[in-house]
Amino acid sequence: MSVEQGPLGAKIARDTAAAPNGGGRRWIGKALNRVEDPRFLRGQGRYIDDIKLPGMAHAAVVRSPHAHARIVAIETSAAEALPGVVRVLTGKDVAERAAPLPSFGAGQIVQDMIAIEKVRHHGETVAVVIAEDRYIAEDACDLIAVEYEPLPVVLDPFAAREPGAPLVHEALETNTAYERTFTFGEVDQAFADAPRSVQADLRWPRSTGMPMDTNGAIGDFDAASGVVTIYANSMNFTYFLWLIAMSLKVPASKLRIVPVAAGGSFGSKFFMHKVPTFAGFLSMVVRRPVKYVEDRVTHIVANDHAGSDRHYDASLAFGDDGIFTGLRIDCVDDYGAYLQFGTGTHGNALSQVVGPYRIRNVEYSLAAVLTNKNQQGAYRGFGAEVSNWVLERLVDLAARDLGMDRVEIRRRNLIGPDQFPYRTPTGNIYDSGNYQGVLDKILEEVDYDHWVAERDRLRAEGRHVGIGVIASQERSVFSSTEFWFWFDEPEFTPTSSPESAGIQIDPTGEIVVTLHSQSLWGNSPETVVSQIVAEEFDVPPESVVITYADSQHALPGTGPGGSRYTVMVAGALAGATSTLKKKIRRIAADKLEANEDDLEFRDGRVGVIGTPDAELTLGEVALSAYMFRLDLPDDMESGLAAQSTYDHPLTTLPSDDRSDLGIFYPFVGHAWHIAVVEVDPGTGKVSFLRYAAVHDAGTVVNPRTLDGQIIGGTVQGIGTALYEQYVYDDEGRVRNQDFEHYHLPSAMDAPEMTVAHQETPSPYTAYGIKGAGEGGRMLSPGILSAAIEDALHEYGVTVTSLPITAEQIVGWVAEGGKRG
Amino acid sequence: MSIAADERVTVRVQVNGAWREAQVEPRRTLADLLREDLDLTGTHLACEHGFCGNCNVQLDGETVRSCLMFAVQADGRSLLTVEGLAGPDGTLSPLQQAFHDHHGLQCGFCTPAMLLTADEHLRAHPDGGSDEEIREAISGVLCRCTGYQQIVESIRAAATAPRAPSSNGAGA
Repeated sequence: MSVEQGPLGAKIARDTAAAPNGGGRRWIGKALNRVEDPRFLRGQGRYIDDIKLPGMAHAAVVRSPHAHARIVAIETSAAEALPGVVRVLTGKDVAERAAPLPSFGAGQIVQDMIAIEKVRHHGETVAVVIAEDRYIAEDACDLIAVEYEPLPVVLDPFAAREPGAPLVHEALETNTAYERTFTFGEVDQAFADAPRSVQADLRWPRSTGMPMDTNGAIGDFDAASGVVTIYANSMNFTYFLWLIAMSLKVPASKLRIVPVAAGGSFGSKFFMHKVPTFAGFLSMVVRRPVKYVEDRVTHIVANDHAGSDRHYDASLAFGDDGIFTGLRIDCVDDYGAYLQFGTGTHGNALSQVVGPYRIRNVEYSLAAVLTNKNQQGAYRGFGAEVSNWVLERLVDLAARDLGMDRVEIRRRNLIGPDQFPYRTPTGNIYDSGNYQGVLDKILEEVDYDHWVAERDRLRAEGRHVGIGVIASQERSVFSSTEFWFWFDEPEFTPTSSPESAGIQIDPTGEIVVTLHSQSLWGNSPETVVSQIVAEEFDVPPESVVITYADSQHALPGTGPGGSRYTVMVAGALAGATSTLKKKIRRIAADKLEANEDDLEFRDGRVGVIGTPDAELTLGEVALSAYMFRLDLPDDMESGLAAQSTYDHPLTTLPSDDRSDLGIFYPFVGHAWHIAVVEVDPGTGKVSFLRYAAVHDAGTVVNPRTLDGQIIGGTVQGIGTALYEQYVYDDEGRVRNQDFEHYHLPSAMDAPEMTVAHQETPSPYTAYGIKGAGEGGRMLSPGILSAAIEDALHEYGVTVTSLPITAEQIVGWVAEGGKRG
Repeated sequence: MSIAADERVTVRVQVNGAWREAQVEPRRTLADLLREDLDLTGTHLACEHGFCGNCNVQLDGETVRSCLMFAVQADGRSLLTVEGLAGPDGTLSPLQQAFHDHHGLQCGFCTPAMLLTADEHLRAHPDGGSDEEIREAISGVLCRCTGYQQIVESIRAAATAPRAPSSNGAGA
């Protein structure tokens, strides 16, 4: 199978080949302690709410109690009269001074910072108070009287598609924002020819990343220069900067966004379109710094990015031998009131829609529907985690239909290690892999046969024990075509998602790296960057200094998301280190009277191979580079710094007819999880007897931090599987607005798990790294579905919706018991 | 004694060994006293409803939700916050070092509360107790990043490590 490979792809492959591959690395691959840790351990994290600026005011918002209502009047005089109140703003002020919030191909779907004429979901902002402190701001919110004319609400996406349904956006004239069917291969024929098929109506509930640190920002407008500075815990402050400037109606050159460490994101801070724009706007109005940090209730009912909310009709065709031949997916996605990233989360799913299996015929239908709920954005997995749950549910149903072992049916369909790069039916490729190797490793790790026997033994004692076995792909590093290939004539067709890094070796010999994205939200960008730079210059990782550019000084960066950051920043670092090392070699060769090719980097020095005495420290080279121009080769500029912008190394355009979506998410990891659970039929409690994960994310930079990502993502997926769901009442109000009613997994709910790795380096990325931040959550919803279903097999349970609540389990047992 | 709602009252607390004083509204929470008046921003607010435990501090050696207490309730009492755990020169305490060595934190937001809660647990169970007991001890502090496993490993490691006596007098 041939893969079109752009010039960048070819270039990177060569660079990587030049790097020491696999063995012989000193720092990449080591489980080092994180360099980020000490400040957080000492309580010096400097999160957004920890920052105080002189003269800073505080904002609090009035949120709509209605899901759909016209705003008739807003009475603000009592609030304005309260001592300590600086200003009260409503939609009128936004209409006069600002443009709508950034949107992505949303057409007639307009979203404003403060609702102007009507509110479209519970919790939407209708007014804001800026006051001397947050207590006063909240007091004043209680003094604002809003008169609403309630409108009929539409909450069910199927009802929303009926003629005559209340319209969320009148200008759109429909609640179906978008619909399309993609067909790859001969799907009808595959289903007609298949001796067997399974079908399921599947339901994935809306939940959210729910970081402990909510979304927040501080606006700081400087009237003298006209520059509005926004401190924000947004992950994505350079890629979309110009969009925020447009909302604020300022030139992009007058907008400066300063990244602040985020206390968790999981997608919820991927591109905060509401909060930083809002804080900047408030500061511009009152001409002093204004802090706006969501409280928990606001974060739950109205955060920038809620997760997917999908209804599926899905089918899998297969033979008597268990070989899959066709996959049909029909999805109605309840996007809520605005279509922020819209179809992107389904574009994402299409990158790995067939999972690790050789399915050649695929049909994928999507109806993107608007309802009176908060809008979707991004949540760890970005839609592909849902797609994987759907596929693995179908595979389990197929195994049951055939009476075939669930491992065996999967093994029979796996793409073979000799088939890479593998072009999937949608056009995206899987760069590399050894899926059988990962499967064999987990079966051995878990001693699968032992647990099957143990399950049967415990069952004989009357206990409800079940096993789940799930596979998943983990696509990483998006190009941006997934956001627009849905449309025949897209308005905006970006194909870039670059990342940059700068490295300066200062005159004292200290290596200072500048990152151009706010990538710190619980992952380990500084540790990873330190390890890579240490590898290149052979210096101790803890000696590398990491800084962050603000948006006015930043080179192109896209930030973390879609498990891209480690791969992309490594590419940028490879470029910058290569330039710097060439310069260092030239200077050193000149001084040491040696040949450049005979030099090596060793222990913070550059020296002649085999001649221990002939060497210079990096500081000696740097001092020359900065201070002694006349000692340098004639054509050399002063200084010792380099920067590099790295583009997606392997991407192609979709075909005009969209029969081929192109290569858009090609660095694809692979994982298997196996869990053994016990279900208490009386209480519905699910306990873990064993949980194992084996992942292949290519070259591992730091196995300990990768383990942390996998375990954390797995437990987050357990929350999705067992507990988490936004509950809307009949009037569209979110019923579970706090952590008492929106249960997150606690330490008592999380399993003790084992994590192991296989490393199949990508041939296309620097050092062979593949992204890996989302993997855990790609698998655990499927594993819980499978294991609980197995544990309750005697009651004829089929898990078709999440979360699988304790109440539901008790109900199944009661019903099944009656039937039995 | 009755106090008008907008009247300020003086609160004196011993924080990490040093007596501090502030004039606050009666309704001011202990968390806001620490964060806003005393500039000790290591204590974090994540829900302000008392469910997540991210604002935990030690009051006379017991962990409390600083978002659920008024500052005036802490008057005259002794507090330990995350800023008091490391040595005066910044040296990490054995518990902090264990979190560092075992990747017991990712974003770091819940970490101060986890440390103070674990510290209380380890004083009651110098050998750490069972993993189940460790999990139960920290079950009132929500963490969204780690999945807890490496936190449990960190606490277990700190229990088996030699523990230095508290240097600043607060708490223990």
